[in-house]
Amino acid sequence: MLLAKIKEALNSLYEDIQEAVEAPAAAEAEAAAPEAAPEAETAPATEAQAEAEAETAEAVEPAAPPGPRETDYKAKGYHLDVELPPGKVVAAAEILNRENFFIEAITGVDWIEQQQLEVVYDFNHFDELCRVVIRSRVDRSNPEIPTISHIYQGANWHERETHDFFGIKFSGHPYLVPLLLPEDADFHPLLKDFKA
Amino acid sequence: MNGLMQQDVNQETFVLNLGPQHPATHGVLRVKLLMDGEYIVDAEPVLGYIHRMHEKMGENRTWAQFLPNCGRMDYLSALSYNHGYVAAVERAAGIEVPERAEYLRVITVELNRISSHLLWFGAFVLDLGGFTPLLYAFDDREQILDLLESVTGSRLTYCYFRFGGVYNDIEDSFITGTREFIKRLRKRMPMYDALVTKNIILIKRLKDIGPISKDMARRYGATGPVARGSGINFDVRRHEPYSVYSEFDFDIPVYDEGDSMARYMVRMDEIEQSMRIVEQALDKLPEGPVMAAKPPKIIKPEKGDYYYAVEAARGSFGVRIVSDGTNSAYRLKLRSPTYSNLSLFGEASRGMLLPDALALMGSLDLVIPEIDR
Repeated sequence: MLLAKIKEALNSLYEDIQEAVEAPAAAEAEAAAPEAAPEAETAPATEAQAEAEAETAEAVEPAAPPGPRETDYKAKGYHLDVELPPGKVVAAAEILNRENFFIEAITGVDWIEQQQLEVVYDFNHFDELCRVVIRSRVDRSNPEIPTISHIYQGANWHERETHDFFGIKFSGHPYLVPLLLPEDADFHPLLKDFKA
Repeated sequence: MNGLMQQDVNQETFVLNLGPQHPATHGVLRVKLLMDGEYIVDAEPVLGYIHRMHEKMGENRTWAQFLPNCGRMDYLSALSYNHGYVAAVERAAGIEVPERAEYLRVITVELNRISSHLLWFGAFVLDLGGFTPLLYAFDDREQILDLLESVTGSRLTYCYFRFGGVYNDIEDSFITGTREFIKRLRKRMPMYDALVTKNIILIKRLKDIGPISKDMARRYGATGPVARGSGINFDVRRHEPYSVYSEFDFDIPVYDEGDSMARYMVRMDEIEQSMRIVEQALDKLPEGPVMAAKPPKIIKPEKGDYYYAVEAARGSFGVRIVSDGTNSAYRLKLRSPTYSNLSLFGEASRGMLLPDALALMGSLDLVIPEIDR
């Protein structure tokens, strides 16, 4: 019930990006590739990425239709996988907030081969089991994504932690200073090219 | 005339540093408090004093090598963390666990939960100025440590679960010992009730102190006894029945008041519920192997990401695994419950008296290594 409802609500976010996400030719060619790795990008944004992805052909996902995807809960542990451009994350958080979801965590993943950082948001619901994962990719050289800490106050710390570990800048965050790392830390230990 | 002397006394504030070596913060937590006399204007927890970057360690060692790390996060309910991690990897790698092993996991995790709640109970009352209950609680807790030591080999940082089962089978003495312990603790609980719970000083210190509303708990992602003390009926064991929890008959204590007393009552009631689970699990304990027949020696989960949550003593502990198909994690995210539970302290403590805020902090049941990871 809740799953269908939230899926439909989140689907509305895709209305104006349906055409914009028209995949480049390189990705279309990949459309015939075997089953997608779920963490892979919907569509490469630049030619450089397209090349990088072509090199690691098995990691490339066919241009899946944009929109929230239902996942196999038993195998994955979550119900809905929503890949969004960074600009849409706040709107998604507002939708989830309206449906009384609570925030479990925010974290990052460093996809160094594609020169991207992924921000992952985990949401769950107190009344009915429904885990929603929002993910968004940002450019690794200039990782920036708007904050959702004004909607979910709990995101404040999670975003600070993600900033600590990955250097992702959450624009609009009221207090983006190191939380777990020392106050003068200028390194981001979970980046794959971090050397101690 | 100098400016300092002219400051309006009604607007005067000062910064008070609580911790990181303060006994009430139970570990190396520091709280920067902006005080107006005895009242808190603003509170900012300062974390990271015991940060060890467990998530990076997860990336640079194999799946199995990370196992002992679990007990170094929430050292008071190490087995819940052990369980969460092992089960997440099992989900990712598709490893089946024999039924007896699942039962043993539930029994030991619930015993661990009782020992964690008992320690919290003693330390919390100590925070409020009552020394004696700590000694009683530690006496009871010691029995659990003995029992768990006989099974797991350690008394605190347990690492009993393996991918595909548990490390070794229990002996009959563990079963009889556990039953005796439950009988003993059932006799002691009314004493705790009379000595502490109904104590007027305790009630005065906790009732209506540090209210956390349902909505605040949701916005901050509070789980566990903190959420259940705010009227939220959320327990991963019931909400998302993992392992064999669906086999047992137990209640989820929920209190609507949202104050420190409610959180206290939730934990005290949970001790009884955990005892019920352990008893039923011992009754139903099936025969059979405690380890999957052929667990893979080298674990290579398929590419993709996986999530697994368990109910630790302090709330929902989640493990997010991103696998690239190799023998170690590409990314291992550990979602610890107290991290979220503590994050609401700044908002919840606003306008409170300092001693009341310490009662609130104690009722959150903080374990700092689990927050800092």
